[in-house]
Amino acid sequence: MIRKCLCAAALAAAMPPALAQDAEVEKLREEIRQLQGRVQAVETAKPRASGESAFNPAVSLILQGTAARSSQDPSSYQITGFAPSGGEVAPAPRSLSLGESELIVAANVDPYFRGQLVAALTPDNELSVEEAFFQTLALGNGFTLKGGRFLSGIGYQNEIHQHAWDFQDAPLAYKAFLGGRYNDDGLQLRWLAPTDLFLELGGEVGRGREFPSAEQSRNGAGAWSLFGHAGGDIGVSTAWRAGLSYLYAKPENRAFEDVDSLGNPVTQSFSGASKLWIADFVLKWAPNGNATVTNFKLQGEYFRRSESGTIAYDDRAQAAPQFGTPFSGPYSSQQSGWYLQAVYQFMPRWRVGARFDQLDSGNVSNAIVASGTGPTAADFALLGTPHDPSRISAMADWSPSEFSRVRLQVAEDDSRAGATDRQVLVQYIYSLGAHGAHKF
Amino acid sequence: MRVLLSLLLCLACAPAWAALEVFACTPEWGALARELGGDRVGVYTATTALQDPHRIEARPSLIARARRADLVVCTGADLEIGWLPLVLAQSGNPKIQPGQRGYFEAAGAAQLIERPASVDRAMGDVHAAGNPHLHLDPRNISRVAKALAAQMSMLDAQDASYYIARELAFQVRWREATARWEREAEPLKDVPVVVYHKDLSYLIAWLGMREAGTLEPKPGLPPTTAHLASLLAQLQKAPAKMVVHAAYSDPRAADWLAQQAKLPSVLLPFTVGGTERATDLFTLYDDTIARLLAGTR
Repeated sequence: MIRKCLCAAALAAAMPPALAQDAEVEKLREEIRQLQGRVQAVETAKPRASGESAFNPAVSLILQGTAARSSQDPSSYQITGFAPSGGEVAPAPRSLSLGESELIVAANVDPYFRGQLVAALTPDNELSVEEAFFQTLALGNGFTLKGGRFLSGIGYQNEIHQHAWDFQDAPLAYKAFLGGRYNDDGLQLRWLAPTDLFLELGGEVGRGREFPSAEQSRNGAGAWSLFGHAGGDIGVSTAWRAGLSYLYAKPENRAFEDVDSLGNPVTQSFSGASKLWIADFVLKWAPNGNATVTNFKLQGEYFRRSESGTIAYDDRAQAAPQFGTPFSGPYSSQQSGWYLQAVYQFMPRWRVGARFDQLDSGNVSNAIVASGTGPTAADFALLGTPHDPSRISAMADWSPSEFSRVRLQVAEDDSRAGATDRQVLVQYIYSLGAHGAHKF
Repeated sequence: MRVLLSLLLCLACAPAWAALEVFACTPEWGALARELGGDRVGVYTATTALQDPHRIEARPSLIARARRADLVVCTGADLEIGWLPLVLAQSGNPKIQPGQRGYFEAAGAAQLIERPASVDRAMGDVHAAGNPHLHLDPRNISRVAKALAAQMSMLDAQDASYYIARELAFQVRWREATARWEREAEPLKDVPVVVYHKDLSYLIAWLGMREAGTLEPKPGLPPTTAHLASLLAQLQKAPAKMVVHAAYSDPRAADWLAQQAKLPSVLLPFTVGGTERATDLFTLYDDTIARLLAGTR
């Protein structure tokens, strides 16, 4: 303060005498008085700030649908070698079908919080809550706390809503390891570093509502995760983001239906620890950073999961069971997967894209099979069949405006062992209402 | 001697960094913040004149910059709606949230035109608050400068007199320049021009020019061949003087139409940095008017 005064005094002393005259000072004072009046006016009569809208939350609605053809029945979809993830991971139903209609409602609650709801109306007339969360606005120092149900910050694509994906369906790795996407009920804390380089660290705790955890009644967290993202610009034309995430879940009796060697239904369940690592990156390029005419996006993620615990096998639900007694034994697996996709807008409205998916069913050690006294590998149709699923997809889409898109997508999907699924689909996506902002 | 003394004193008290970190959404507001803030502000401009202001993405670098900002200076009127809300929400910076002192919208101080009576997306990407490209009317710049200087003084009270003095000096220079531009642009009165997007409406209204058509069939929709053909037919009946487009818009449609209709195609800087000459707000207008005048010859 004293330094400032000294400095001001020095400056005044240095000024030419004509400027330092009383009249000038008085004029300046008068200006300050006027300004204070103006400041008050600004404060009392806030100009029409374009808040999302006067007290009404911003509402937007996404309409989607597909017309699809596939050589394998989507209702029998499975990823051989991997435990079913319980999510909606099957390809689009054959023929004409409505997709998920998403209703998004968002607004600032008060100066301290923001709230958002994303409800999905499924084609089979169900309402599911995709996201419903609060988010702090005023914690400061780069901290943001989120609570409720939300798309987890792990990976890259996980936080992107389905209607903003570049392909109609999720990468195989997301289907196998996260049930399409991971949205637990819980809390998330993020911290953004005060650097020019974008550097963000975050952590989440959740109840472990869904895969890779399993719903159960217990006190305490069923899953937690940590993630870090870094990003920035390379020149004016390229922007990038890369990240590393870790998700830990402790499922109890994560059960699924499979068939034994005779084709009869059996129940298998896993209890133990599931640890998932994800490395992700995305790179976007546009000439001079102007994406209007042409732009390019390259995105890829690598997943690595290890699970260890016990597996249980039960065929007693059958009328004439093969064994008639439950088995259980130690189980562990190390599995991985990755995808790489590129999308290019070659002229306004038109984009083309390609994606390659690969999963590695890796090493599985199953003590029930190893003991040789009960079910064999053939009785674990899903887990016991070593298969490395892969898929190649290509798409072209046309967006008459920012709010509408029609997409043609073809894929050759080797998710199932020994049964290649050739898929063709046309998808439409329309967004109505408030102009939503899309994540990078 | 006095100068030497004051220099010595100032060396002792010189702050290592700016008092106000300004995050400007578009180059014109970055330039204005520099005019008013001088060396007391550090200005980061989120976009360039070659980027379509409607199609900006919430890039990681923008979020990182918003984290440390004391003041966000944006256009408002929904121009930045596709990216700014996300940047602000992810910045973890309470100072710059809408409604706080660190959040400034130029549209709140300016006079907006083309405010639609009703809004429907069937009309294209229209903005309920009015046309947001308000910086190409110098009277709006003057209004925004007034409000922005007030906001800066509020945030950095110690330097309030500095900002006011700079604002006054700016207003004087700006008034003189505006009078000069209006004199120079006299021959542009009633000149019909075809524009790319409704982004030059303020300039056209200020100079009394006439908009003879837009290359976009509806605001925000890229030109289509059918629309260009009908525009060409219309121009053959009622000719225009030139086809103008902003530095950020795709020149192909404008050039095609200009060639077909035998009109000059005029590129305007649109904002600071759009052309080599447009390095600040004054040269932005100098260059814009010079280019328009060249187009009439």
